[in-house]
Amino acid sequence: MTTTLGGRWRAALLALLVASCGGGEPWHAKNVQGIIPDLAFDMTSDEGREVHAADVRGEVVLLFFGYTHCPDVCPTTLARLAGAIRAMGDKGRRVRILFVTVDPARDPPALLHGYVKAFSPQATGLRGSTAQLDALSRRYRVAYGRDAADQHGDYAVSHSSAVFVFDAEGRARLLIQPELGAADIAADLARLVGGA
Amino acid sequence: MSGWPAILLPWAFSPLLVALLLGAAIAYLRGLRRAGPGEAVSLVRRSGFWSGLALVYVVMHTGVDYLSQHMFYIHRLQHLVLHHLAAFLLALSRPQAVIARGLPGRLHARLLTPAWRHPLTQAAYRALQNGLVAPLLFVGLIFFWLEPEVHFYAMLSGPLYQIMNWSMLLDGLLFWFLMLDPRSRSEGALIGLGPRIGLLLAATVPQIMLGAHIALAPDDLFGVYAVCGRAWAISPLEDQQLGGLVTWIPAAMMHVVGALIVIGYWMRADARAAKLPTRRQAG
Repeated sequence: MTTTLGGRWRAALLALLVASCGGGEPWHAKNVQGIIPDLAFDMTSDEGREVHAADVRGEVVLLFFGYTHCPDVCPTTLARLAGAIRAMGDKGRRVRILFVTVDPARDPPALLHGYVKAFSPQATGLRGSTAQLDALSRRYRVAYGRDAADQHGDYAVSHSSAVFVFDAEGRARLLIQPELGAADIAADLARLVGGA
Repeated sequence: MSGWPAILLPWAFSPLLVALLLGAAIAYLRGLRRAGPGEAVSLVRRSGFWSGLALVYVVMHTGVDYLSQHMFYIHRLQHLVLHHLAAFLLALSRPQAVIARGLPGRLHARLLTPAWRHPLTQAAYRALQNGLVAPLLFVGLIFFWLEPEVHFYAMLSGPLYQIMNWSMLLDGLLFWFLMLDPRSRSEGALIGLGPRIGLLLAATVPQIMLGAHIALAPDDLFGVYAVCGRAWAISPLEDQQLGGLVTWIPAAMMHVVGALIVIGYWMRADARAAKLPTRRQAG
């Protein structure tokens, strides 16, 4: 069903969005400039250091929520992002994956470090207290919830599937959804790295 | 506070919402206390006002608001309350006169009354509140915010999300205050009682179609919930089907209840017009 009533409004709204985004060539990922707040966080890295958004200024940042016990979404997403970064060659060194664990209880720093580095040298794991994680998930309007444990004490954590992309100045630019392939991701990231 | 269910605690504090609800509640209480002889407000109307106000608070200011951002069907329930239920109850309670009595005299006389009587306000009100624009706006807003692309951005952006919810509440109030006016056209209502029954029932048709379209869709129309993460594990299609049913059935039911109430008003207005003694006191 097409929405004839909303059609004109939708066009007006999208025109406004595109205008505020500066227009230009469309991206493979979803353009979220002006929709999502700039990069800001207060977390601890997988090497135990405090990290803030200022520490990754100058790099294109891929912010992603997950956990190491995650059965499907996290490893496939990390593999796709890592593949895209590899495909970018030298430009890939100006891209940083920030993998925020939503299950810090089962993701101690060493485990988290080994997990993300297995995918890409450009990946950093981030941990935070409940308050820090809540602040970050509230800022980007993402949810995470722990499901009931099975008889082995294993549990799944439902979480956001999207990757938020920030440019070198920390401005939110793109949203990578699970169906986007590595080649398209690489093309978008190269534009962000090259243009910035 | 400690005995409260956690879900009723504020999620994101909104000074605007708290000020408006608190202001309305205080003005209403003062207005009730200042009621003169013959101005008593029935228990039904008072209950309608308080439950309408409480529902707005719960869906816009508590953990329910958080769940509404992360579960499609709870978002649909939130909009059902804002657009169809709380607005309906508030309109049914006709609190205008009570609130006006309870407002500080100077605020009422110097600011609100002149602003309301201003030709621009009146022109805008009449442009919106008529048999063509009001139902189109009411149905159109539902369609607009459920357009998948628009919905995606509205759920991702904090400011757009607020605009969406406030637009649903304000439009719900406009629509139901227009529809549930107990007066007939000759007594001053903007639309006659008979035409309103037709409009209320006609407005269910597109809502039923949209609800059915969503409930029966074979694939996920609203990907933003996967992007932002659902509040608990539920399959996207199950979430969407429940949300479609909420858009479809209870929304249409509220229109039928509204039409029945207007039929009741119509019979009483006829009795008044014929100058026959009514058997029951109105209101």
